Amino acid sequence: MNERNERLERLLGPAGPDIGCEECFERLDEYVELELRGANADARVPGMREHLIGCPACHEEHESLRALLS
Amino acid sequence: MAPLATTIAPFLPSSKKRAARIANDWMAVAAPVPVERNWVEALSASGSERDGAVADLHGLLLRAARFEIGRRREALAHVRGEDLDDLATQAADDALVAILAKLHTFRGASRFTTWAYKFALLEAGVRVRRRAWQGREVVLEPETWPSFEDDRRPPVESGPEQAELLSALKRAVSDTLTPHQRNVFTALALNEVPIDVLAERMDTTRGALYKTLHDARAKLRAELVAAGHMEEVSP
Repeated sequence: MNERNERLERLLGPAGPDIGCEECFERLDEYVELELRGANADARVPGMREHLIGCPACHEEHESLRALLS
Repeated sequence: MAPLATTIAPFLPSSKKRAARIANDWMAVAAPVPVERNWVEALSASGSERDGAVADLHGLLLRAARFEIGRRREALAHVRGEDLDDLATQAADDALVAILAKLHTFRGASRFTTWAYKFALLEAGVRVRRRAWQGREVVLEPETWPSFEDDRRPPVESGPEQAELLSALKRAVSDTLTPHQRNVFTALALNEVPIDVLAERMDTTRGALYKTLHDARAKLRAELVAAGHMEEVSP
């Protein structure tokens, strides 16, 4: 993406594949545990990072689960 | 970070010991300790074994829900401590029901408690967002269009270029989106209405709304690329 600025990125969301809210919820526990173990969570769950950037509600839940387990 | 009891103290009647106890309890929920056991087996059992497991799980879910509501307490500054605890209890109750209904789908990709916590965090987060927006109108017209001025860039690089981008985006929203896509994009992306709030008001689901938002964003991005305002991104 042409990194014109953060505001445009926030409006248009990420350009890559995005797994959507349902699959995000399905795999959030796995993704967070991989992250906390230092594994390559993005390779194991492709499209998750893009979704977390594009969806504020799922982003909050991701942050909360990480914080709860940390 | 101020302790929760301090934050919500003005809303707690001093004569109510229960309210103070609730506030103090909340301060101790920062790090729930998972109970390691064979949860699926225990929850699938019968009699006292199952009852005990259900009660223990509800306890963990309640702590997770309180943890989430505590993290979002700024959005609920107007809500009394007892009502916050009711929200947490409702979230834990609904999370427990969802978990028991989906127990057969647990595939062990994470610890059971991590899997279970996400249900409580979801239920609590949805309640926080909806409560924070209770009584607020959801506007489907752009309240403000963002400025694309980037403070980090030298002034010479902004100006006409940014105005053209904003103009192109407005035109794309108006001309290329369907009315439904325009409403959803406007509410979620421009006016920053929480997706759960919009889902409730439009009687739909978070997933359906996000799909609409995603499609709208893709259209807008394609339009801006075609007009030379953005570079195309390879998948």
